[in-house]
Amino acid sequence: MKLTVWTYEGPPHVGAMRVATAMKGLHYVLHAPQGDTYADLLFTMIERRNHRPPVSYTTFQARDLGEDTANLFKTALHDAFDRFKPQAMIVGSSCTAELIQDDPEGMAATMDLGIPVIPLELPSYQRKENFGSDETFYQIVKAIARPMERTAHVSANLIGPVGLGFRHRDDITEVTALLEEMGISVNVVAPMGATPADIARMGAAHFNVLMYPEHAETAARWMEKNLGQPFTKTVPIGVGATRDFIAEVARIAGVEPKADDARLRMPWYSQSVDSTYLTGKRVFLFGDATHVKAMARVARDEMGFEVVGLGCYNREFARDIRKLATEFGVEALISDDYLEVEKAIEDLAPEMILGTQMERHIGKRLGIPCAVISAPVHVQDFPARYSPQMGWEGANVIFDTLVHPLVMGLEEHLLHMFREDFEFHDEAGASHHGGAAKARAVEAEPEADQEAAAGAAPAEGEIVWLSAAEKELKKIPFFVRGKAKRNTEKFALEKGVHEISVETLYEAKAHYAR
Amino acid sequence: MTGFTPAPPAAGCRNAPVLKERGQREVFCGLTGIIWLHRKMQDAFFLVVGSRTCAHLLQSAAGVMIFAEPRFGTAILEEKDLAGLADANAELDREVDRLLARRPDIKQLFLVGSCPSEVIKLDLHRAAERLTERHAPHVRVMNYSGSGIETTFTEGEDACLATMVPTLPATDERQLLMVGALPDVVEDQALSLLAEMGVAPVRCLPAHRAAEAPGVGANTVVALTQPFLNETAAGLERRGARILPAPFPFGEEGTTAWLWAVAQEFGVSPETFAKVTDAPRARARKAIAAAAETLGGKSIFFFPDSQLEIPLARFLTRECGMTAVEVGAPFINKQIVGPDLDLLAEGPVIAEGQDVDLQLDRCRAARPDLTVCGLGLANPLESEGMTTKWAIELVFTPVHFYEQAGDLAGLFARPLRRRAILAGLEGAA
Repeated sequence: MKLTVWTYEGPPHVGAMRVATAMKGLHYVLHAPQGDTYADLLFTMIERRNHRPPVSYTTFQARDLGEDTANLFKTALHDAFDRFKPQAMIVGSSCTAELIQDDPEGMAATMDLGIPVIPLELPSYQRKENFGSDETFYQIVKAIARPMERTAHVSANLIGPVGLGFRHRDDITEVTALLEEMGISVNVVAPMGATPADIARMGAAHFNVLMYPEHAETAARWMEKNLGQPFTKTVPIGVGATRDFIAEVARIAGVEPKADDARLRMPWYSQSVDSTYLTGKRVFLFGDATHVKAMARVARDEMGFEVVGLGCYNREFARDIRKLATEFGVEALISDDYLEVEKAIEDLAPEMILGTQMERHIGKRLGIPCAVISAPVHVQDFPARYSPQMGWEGANVIFDTLVHPLVMGLEEHLLHMFREDFEFHDEAGASHHGGAAKARAVEAEPEADQEAAAGAAPAEGEIVWLSAAEKELKKIPFFVRGKAKRNTEKFALEKGVHEISVETLYEAKAHYAR
Repeated sequence: MTGFTPAPPAAGCRNAPVLKERGQREVFCGLTGIIWLHRKMQDAFFLVVGSRTCAHLLQSAAGVMIFAEPRFGTAILEEKDLAGLADANAELDREVDRLLARRPDIKQLFLVGSCPSEVIKLDLHRAAERLTERHAPHVRVMNYSGSGIETTFTEGEDACLATMVPTLPATDERQLLMVGALPDVVEDQALSLLAEMGVAPVRCLPAHRAAEAPGVGANTVVALTQPFLNETAAGLERRGARILPAPFPFGEEGTTAWLWAVAQEFGVSPETFAKVTDAPRARARKAIAAAAETLGGKSIFFFPDSQLEIPLARFLTRECGMTAVEVGAPFINKQIVGPDLDLLAEGPVIAEGQDVDLQLDRCRAARPDLTVCGLGLANPLESEGMTTKWAIELVFTPVHFYEQAGDLAGLFARPLRRRAILAGLEGAA
């Protein structure tokens, strides 16, 4: 047992729902107790879908336990077939149905509906949502796709985009445009928007673009082996990655690496003097492996940040992320426990977090700016406006997203210059974030009990800030104060100093000057 | 207490035939109740023993509340817990020890059963007894089931309160026990009205803290504030208490009738009653009138969700001039919602249980002006041109008693007003 409050990923059957909901003409019959239908609202609310997810639940209740649940499953399968007339169906169990051991596969086989009915084995007590989507898509492709003659014109399948994917909708548009510029057409996009009939003609493409390894790598490997289709390894998020992607595609497809980057503004924005203050901003990255990998490169090589830590929650990609961390000279954090992530962030005291919905809240709690780069996300990250992460426009979007939460450069300088100012001070917050500015309260003289507290004998290894040093620390702008405090304490510990004075503070500052 | 609302209908719905359906149900399970119960009970922790699905449900339903140091969590069963049950008990003990060590402020711990824990027959009742001994006297450990196979949405609160009933101290005191978790502001309003009428003492279940748990006994009279407290009411009756039959305190009429039932029981004179209630009644009527302009003459269709459907249909038809087409409820206990059924004029289909596809067919055929449904159905129905009011808000928002009557009507009027405002806005979905 493991005590959990927040989970980065849902159970695997939610991953299967993400595939089913992305597709058309496919229906999912899920053997599940009453209540599991909650997952519908992720799609209808967060993604704002205008139809019910194509999922029927058996919604068995306590009184049904025993032989009845198997009959319920059969009835649900029949009803769904009659009502929705799908081209294919997927069937499986949620965590509770897994325990009662009805056999969806066997039952579906006896019914002979005349369409493909694909059974899913999703071990709910071992695996999670991303495994569910990857496995489901793989099973669908394996069941339906067949080798066939290639299209006369060079074409590719885009694989991986699913329901509830972070910016999947707009990434498809962007990648399609990148391919078109090289004269490559898109054969099938799947699972998003594909029907089972579309899956059947995936074999006609010359190669596959693996957009999101989390959701389609197993299918990509199967198609490589069985349909003879190579797949791309570069995910085109960021300027450099997009250029590499174009080169990779050109090599695979045997075409000229052409690209029209007339709309690409990100490099100039990043080079312009207004961005100089971004140099060396310390960032921490956390999310799904694909987005963390891509964004680490953007952060360091394209924004000029310093990556001080990174990690992912999906263990399937732990090895990749460890390798990446080694390249960046930082430690990898592979964890699905948000308290560990919070701890890592606290210890590293970065100036910015790039993460998920969860890290946004951690950032809020710790007063650290955060930009969202990965699922899981809330409704605001399924925006109405065009907002890809991939390709040229994706790079433009990323630049804006990463700059916005930071205090603007001039503001940062003003905070340095007027840090003692009564109305322009750190507690007033960033001027472009709204909220009424609060005038600084006139600081009272240190009170007697504070003195007493300072006078108490420090415990072994504990560091005490003398009040003058503490006051001096407060003069440092808030967005670097955490770092200054941490560095000073580390410096003091190394020097065996237990009381930090103003002197110690500035000695540490000189020591860590870069 | 007459004159402001229509006379009771000659034939109410108490004896109307109930359409009972079984099939796919689009409802929450009882675990969802934790989200409001943990706010109400300030020294309680709710530990779900379940799967990743349970944790994901709570996270999805609690939204951003999950970041506010919530006093709930899920002990997620793993493969190794399923292999041998003795192991699962040891694991549970260890997780509880760790939790209680980290949160010494916790005085009541609820082990909440889920579908997986019920199916593998993990005996949480014994676990609770064992853990109570281990952590006495600081923490009392109790258990109830919020599993989907046994409970629907608000039944989770019922199961939680019902499990507390046998643990309440005994008392012979003549008292009123107000039962049902209400937002604090609403509870305070109710207590103040009762105090002004001279009804005393009044206790609440659930109480804010374990130490304030009410007593119960033969001289206890129970006024339910929520219609879904069937097991809790039965448990209180077993302890000798008597349940006051009354409509539920929604709207001016419901609140007045509810208070009047209490007033009669405690011998409050009509003059005193009028003196205390006249002003808030007038305020409530005035506030409702604003929304009733939008709601009057409109038809409404309820999908089953919380068991609040019948009292709400009574309020909307009688005080806001709406017509009920179908009133679906996950479970109907006529003992408890009887007084509301008496006031609901004959006509609507009264449905218990659900086969969601068939119910959607009926709803589409009826084309009601307003459909009350869950979040899994709301947007899909909106895109078909139907106006919806999502039902969960009715459980999370203060809607009981006089001062909220206008807000309650407003919750139903807002979607209709919005559709009218946006009437000229066309575009792709």
